[in-house]
Amino acid sequence: MMERLWNRKPSIQAPRIVGRLALAPLLALASPAIAASEESTSAPMYYLKTFGPKGDITASLTWGLLAIAAGVSVLMSVLVIVAMFRNGRSSMATPGSPLPIAHPPGGHRWIYLGLALTTLVLIALVIWTMDVLAEIDEPAGEPAFTIEVTGQQWWWEARYVDPDDPSRSFVTANELHIPVGEPVRITLASRDVIHSFWVPALAGKTDVIPGQTNETWLQADREGVYRGQCAEYCGLQHAHMALRIFADAPEAFQAWWDHQLEPADEVPEGSELLAVGERQFRLQCGACHAVRGTLAGGEAGPDLTHLMDRTTIASVTLPNTPGHLSGWIADPQHQKPGTTMPNPDLSGPELNAIRHYLETLD
Amino acid sequence: MRRLIHPALALAACLLAFAGCSESGGDGAVSDRKDQAARGAELIAAKGCGTCHEIPGIDGATGRVGPPLDHMGDRMFIAGMIRNTAENMQVWLTDPQSVVPGNAMPDTGLEADEAEDVAAYLESLR
Ligand code: HEC
Ligand code: HEC
Ligand SMILES: [Cu+2]
Repeated sequence: MMERLWNRKPSIQAPRIVGRLALAPLLALASPAIAASEESTSAPMYYLKTFGPKGDITASLTWGLLAIAAGVSVLMSVLVIVAMFRNGRSSMATPGSPLPIAHPPGGHRWIYLGLALTTLVLIALVIWTMDVLAEIDEPAGEPAFTIEVTGQQWWWEARYVDPDDPSRSFVTANELHIPVGEPVRITLASRDVIHSFWVPALAGKTDVIPGQTNETWLQADREGVYRGQCAEYCGLQHAHMALRIFADAPEAFQAWWDHQLEPADEVPEGSELLAVGERQFRLQCGACHAVRGTLAGGEAGPDLTHLMDRTTIASVTLPNTPGHLSGWIADPQHQKPGTTMPNPDLSGPELNAIRHYLETLD
Repeated sequence: MRRLIHPALALAACLLAFAGCSESGGDGAVSDRKDQAARGAELIAAKGCGTCHEIPGIDGATGRVGPPLDHMGDRMFIAGMIRNTAENMQVWLTDPQSVVPGNAMPDTGLEADEAEDVAAYLESLR
């Protein structure tokens, strides 16, 4: 039943009125030499090279507006300079004498011409901008599923919803997988203050506002990892409120979804260390963190059922390695001062046991 | 004559100095050691030692979970348990739990040769 989600052929884009045709020469001029803005490159937040239909068309508009603005500036500067040197000579020739008042005929022609040209260009830009706005409002095809994203200080919760089968929904955090070449609907809610959801290589920003559910959609046309970032100042750790979008091949995406549905493996009998870890986790952490299939069911922090599937922790603040993970658990207030997660009251052996337990959550 | 002797002496001194330099370990060994330490620094960043330790020369290594590692090359003991030798440091880095069972430092997944590189970097912290 999940095949339906990605076996659909990439749908054909609705024809656009103005679009690339008109701007092709400008775009050729402006096309940047900077490489892909996937996270693997040095410019993960670069928004002028894009990897999906939504970003592509917006980037074209941006380049187009930039080119026209630059053209107008150059044109006006040239005209002003020409005017300065054209009529200046005669009055400069006789210093002290009164300026001759000349009324060369035909001056108004410039004004009429300029007005007409400006109006035409502005109207064209309005049409083009509105065309782009209409285009990015909805994807070309109906998205097969929705990710309900909840922004909060300072991380992103994500609930995947299969509209046909509620039992196939699950919750994860900060690292979202999507099938490559498919539009995905994203709803945005906030648990506290205003945030903004931004994945520069794929789409523009959408604000995340308390008491309101905003909607957007994403599509990545190339497999890879795309960095996202909260784009509305939301407090001390705003800069550490990032996310990652993984655009997976369809089969890999399906496998990932299926795997996310599974509850955590049971702690194997006879492992004293893991038993201690599980118990300590339940006591110290379970009030805030959920591990499905266990008694830990908290909702104030990220769902950790498949923590080991994530490449980073704490909203892409730290890589997910045993060292970083231990350091985070032992002293989250140093890594992300002000985070809701408190420094725990753990002994060394308890910390070790909990980390070993977390390492089984794959 | 005197004027000639001075430059000659200076030159000789220079040569001696260079010779002395390469005697103490050989040029190759020194740069090997430096390469090792540089690789060690990268590993320290990648393995997250800095989330727990303050480590000079490593970006963002400001952790307060464990002791600061400044002057590690000059310290007598590791974790107050074993002498601070190159071999012992590798043991500590690959399996800290075997040295002080239950202590808060995890096995960060360093291979033996990687531990050697990290040890070389820590050794350089004087
Ligand atoms: C008061 C609630 C609370 C408690 C108690 C708590 N946490 Fe957290 N935890 C959070 C919040 C909130 C975050 C998200 C922090 C952020 O990214 O800013 C978090 C993040 C994490 C993460 C990173 C998850 C990810 O995918 O980014 C891990 C791992 C974690 N906590 C483990 C623990 C462990 C282990 C304990 C018990 C020793 C614990 N937490 C106790 C609230 C809590
Ligand atoms: C979870 C936190 C944590 C992480 C991650 C961690 N350490 Fe430690 N480290 C400790 C603690 C705690 C001690 C003190 C142990 C003791 O004395 O028993 C320690 C001790 C040490 C010591 C001995 C210091 C001394 O003065 O005796 C060295 C050297 C060391 N760590 C290096 C590293 C390196 C290198 C890494 C990364 C590969 C690392 N640590 C990762 C917590 C950590
Ligand atoms: Cu923010």
